[in-house]
Amino acid sequence: MALGAAAIEFIGSYLLKMALSHNGLQPVVYSHEWISNPHISFSLSVDGLSLFMVLLTTFLVPLILLTTFRKEIDNAKSFYSLVLFMQFALIGVFAASDGFLFYVFWELALIPIYFIALLWGEGRDQEFRNRAIFKFFIYTLGGSLFMLIAFIWLYLKSGTFYVNALYTLNLTQNEQLFVFLGFFVAFAIKIPIFPFHTWQADTYKEAPSAGTMLLAGIMLKMGLYGLLRWLLPVVPQGVALATPYVIVLCVTGVVYGSIIAIRQADLKKLLAYSSLAHVGLIAAGIFTITKEGFEGSVIQMISHGINVVALFFAAEIIYQRTGTFEIAKLGGIRGVAPKFSTAFLVVVLAAVALPLTNSFIGEFLLLFGVYEYNTWLSVIAGLTIILGAVYMLRMYQNVILGNTNETTIGFTDLHWSELAVFVPVVIAIFALGVYPKVVLHMIQPALDNILTYSLR
Amino acid sequence: MKTLEYTSALGLLCMVAEMLNLRKFVWPLCVVGLLAIFGSNLMGWNLNTSYYHNMVVIDNFSVAFSGLLILLALFILILSSGFYKNEESKISDYLAIIIFTLCGALALVSFGNMAMFFLGVEVLSISLYILAGSRKKDVRSNEAGMKYFLMGSFASGLLLFGIALIYGETGSFDLVEIAKMKAMAPPSVLFYIGAGLIMISLFFKVSAVPFHFWAPDVYDGSPTLITLMMATVAKIAAFAAFYRIFSVCLISSVPLYALIFAVVTALTIGVGNFTALNQDSFKRMLAFSGISHAGYLMMGILSLTGKPTNAIFYYALAYGLSSVVAFAIAIVVAGNSGSDKIEAFNGLAKRKPFVAAALTVAMLSMGGIPPFAGFFAKYYIFTEAIKNGHLWITIWAVINSIVSIYYYFKVILAMYTKDSEEVVFNIKPAYSFVIIVCVALIIIIGLLPSFFANLL
Repeated sequence: MALGAAAIEFIGSYLLKMALSHNGLQPVVYSHEWISNPHISFSLSVDGLSLFMVLLTTFLVPLILLTTFRKEIDNAKSFYSLVLFMQFALIGVFAASDGFLFYVFWELALIPIYFIALLWGEGRDQEFRNRAIFKFFIYTLGGSLFMLIAFIWLYLKSGTFYVNALYTLNLTQNEQLFVFLGFFVAFAIKIPIFPFHTWQADTYKEAPSAGTMLLAGIMLKMGLYGLLRWLLPVVPQGVALATPYVIVLCVTGVVYGSIIAIRQADLKKLLAYSSLAHVGLIAAGIFTITKEGFEGSVIQMISHGINVVALFFAAEIIYQRTGTFEIAKLGGIRGVAPKFSTAFLVVVLAAVALPLTNSFIGEFLLLFGVYEYNTWLSVIAGLTIILGAVYMLRMYQNVILGNTNETTIGFTDLHWSELAVFVPVVIAIFALGVYPKVVLHMIQPALDNILTYSLR
Repeated sequence: MKTLEYTSALGLLCMVAEMLNLRKFVWPLCVVGLLAIFGSNLMGWNLNTSYYHNMVVIDNFSVAFSGLLILLALFILILSSGFYKNEESKISDYLAIIIFTLCGALALVSFGNMAMFFLGVEVLSISLYILAGSRKKDVRSNEAGMKYFLMGSFASGLLLFGIALIYGETGSFDLVEIAKMKAMAPPSVLFYIGAGLIMISLFFKVSAVPFHFWAPDVYDGSPTLITLMMATVAKIAAFAAFYRIFSVCLISSVPLYALIFAVVTALTIGVGNFTALNQDSFKRMLAFSGISHAGYLMMGILSLTGKPTNAIFYYALAYGLSSVVAFAIAIVVAGNSGSDKIEAFNGLAKRKPFVAAALTVAMLSMGGIPPFAGFFAKYYIFTEAIKNGHLWITIWAVINSIVSIYYYFKVILAMYTKDSEEVVFNIKPAYSFVIIVCVALIIIIGLLPSFFANLL
C-alpha cells in the first residue's frame, strides 16, 4: 500500500521532469497565499536542481520501503505513514521557494524521523538509544532555530520570504556575515560538517535501517541543498568572508571521517563515518563557488544518496542473516551468496568512485572545483579517495571474501524483493556513471542562476 | 461592559442556586451561561465604547482577550465536572468562585481607570486565594493558599502605593487623563517611582524572576484545575493589564525601565527553563515552564514601541490552549495512578494512544515546533523583538527554546518508550471533549494563523 503510494509519487515526479523539459528548463511554479501577515505564500517552484532532489527522494523512498519488505515491523501502519509523511516534508523542502515554507518543511521532516528512529530503533538498551536520538533532535532543532532568526531578520529587512527577492537583497558585509552564521549552523549540523557531526554516528547506529537510509540518503541532502539554494546566493559576501575557514572545516571532516572509518570494527558505523567524509567533500565543492564545484556537488548528492542507501541495505541484509554488524566475525559470504556479493561489490566500487560509476563523475568534478580554489586542499581531499578505497575494499574483503565461517554458513542469497532494490540501484549507478550529461544538462540553468548571484 | 455584568450575574446565580437547592443544575447552567456570554462578548466587536466615565473601555483588544479568557474559563468549568467529587456539597461555591475569578480577569482586560484596574486585580486574586486552598484537608493546598495570599497581598500593596503616587502627581485615575497630564508637563520623579511600583507588582502577578518564588509551590500545592486557572486565565489577564496600562499611560516610563525590563525578561526565560530541566513532577515542570512562557510574553511587552498586540494575543492563545491540554491530561493521569511524577506517564502511548498523541501535540506546541500554534506564537514574538532591536534577547530566547525541548521531550519519551504494568486507564467524556477541541484548535490556528495574527 505504502509502496504503491510511493511508486505513484515517483511517476508523478517523473511527469514533473517532463514538464520541466517542456518548459524550456524554466522553473515550474505553483503559488498560493497562505498567511497574509507576515506575507507568506505557499509557493513551490521546481527548477533543475529541485527536480533532481525531488526525483532522488521519490526514487529512494520506494526502495527504502522495499527494503523493509521481509522484516517484521510492529505497528507497521504507523511506521509506513511516518515514512510517507517524511517524504512529503522532504519534497516540500526541495520544492519550496518561500523561505518560511522551507523552514516549516525543514522542521516537519524532523518529527517523523525522530519517532522512526526512537520507536523502531534497533538493538541495545533503550536508554542509550533515547539519548542518541534525542541528541540528534536537539542538535538539528537548535541549529534550525538560528536559521529562523536569520529568516526573520531577512524578512524584516526585505519584507518578503520569496527566494528570488532575497537573491537581490543588498546587505552590508557585517549583516551578511551574521545571516550567514545563522544559516550555516543549521546546515552544518544537518550535513554534518566537522565539528558539528557528533550526533551522526550514534544516530545512524541506533536508528532502524530504513531510518538510517532516510537520514543518510535524503535528509543530509537537505543541508547541502540549503547551502546552494538559500545560503550562497543570498549572502555572497558573508560567504566570501567565511569560505577560507569553512572549506578547511569541510576538508577536515573528509580526512577525519576517513581516518575514523578505517578503524571501525562495526559495519554500520564504518558506513556512517565514510558518509561523513563524502558529504564533507560535497560541502567543500559547494563552497568553492565554481561551476565544477556546483555540478559535482549535485551529481555527488544524487550518487551518494543512491549508494549510501544500497550500502546500508547491504549491511541490513548481513545483519538480518547473521545477527551481527561486526566485520571481524564475518567472511566468506561469496561462497554461499554470489548474487549478493556481486551486487555489494558494484555498490562498494561505486562508493570508492571507480570510473564508470556515478561517484567518479561527482568526485572528479568536486576535486576539480576544490583544485581551482586551492591546490593543497584538493591534494588532501584527493587522498581521501585513496583512503576510501582502503577501508571500503578492506571491509569488502573481510566481509565477503575469505573462508566461510559458522556465522556466515547459513547465509541465503538475495530474495526477489531484495533484488528489486539492488537492480534499479545498479542500473542508476552505471547510467549516471556513463552518461551524466542528462543530469548536467537539466541542472545547468538552475546552477548558472545560483552561481551568478553567489558571485555578486 | 455587558460581558462583565453577565458574568457577575452568573456567579451570583450560582450561589443562589445552592440556596434554592438546584445543585444538580449548577454545572450545566454555568456552561450554557458562559457560552452565551462568549457570544454576547463577540457582539462588542468594533463597538469601541466606554462606560461609567471611562471606567470600563470596550475596544477590540478587550473583546479579543475577554473572548480568550471566557473560552479558557469554559474549558476549566467543563473539566471541573467531577473534579470536586468528594466535596459535592460545596460544588456551587467553587463554580461561583471560578466565575468570579473570570470577572476579575475580564475587568483586567477592559479597565480604563486605575480604580477599576485595582478592583480587577483584587477580585481575581482573592478568588484565587480561596481556590488555591480549596482542598481543605490537604496540607499542601492550605500551604499554597496561604503563600499565595501573603505574597499576593504584598504585591497588591505595592500596586496601590504606585497608583497613589501617580494620582498625587497627575490628580487623576483615568488612564487617558494621566497620559494627557503627563504630555503637558514632564512629570517628576514620583511619577516614575509610581510606575516602577506598578511594574513590580505586575511582575509579581505574572511570576517574573526574581519575583517568582511563590509560583512553583503555589502551583504545585493547589488543586491541579486551579493551577490551570492560575497559569492561564490569571496570567493572561495580568499580561493584558500589563500591556494596557503601559501602552496607554505609562509609556514614557518605558525607556527609563528598559534595561531593568530587559534583564527581568532574560532572567524569567532563563531561570524558568533551567529550573524546569530537573523537575520530576509534571506539575512543577509545567509551573516552571509557565514562568519561562511568561518571559516570552514579556518579550512582547518589551517591544511596546512597535505594535506587539497581535503577537501577545496569539502567544497567549497558543499558550492557553496547550496548557489546558497538558493540565487536563495531568489530572487524568494523576487520577489513574495517584501520582503527578513524570514516571506516571510511562507507557501511556500503549494504554491510551489518543491521550499520548494529544499530549505530544501540546508539548510540541509549547516547545515551538511547526506546524503547531506554539511555533507561530514564538515566531511572532521573536519578530516583534527583533523589529524593536532586541536581537540579543531573541537569541537568548532561542537558546532557551532549545533547552525547553529537553524537558518537554522527557514526557514524550516516557510515554512512548517506557513501559508500565498498569493497564486500566479511565478518561471521562468531558475530558476527552476538552482535549479534542483544544488539540484541534492548536492545529488549526497553527496551520492558518492569519486570522488571529491580524485580529487587532
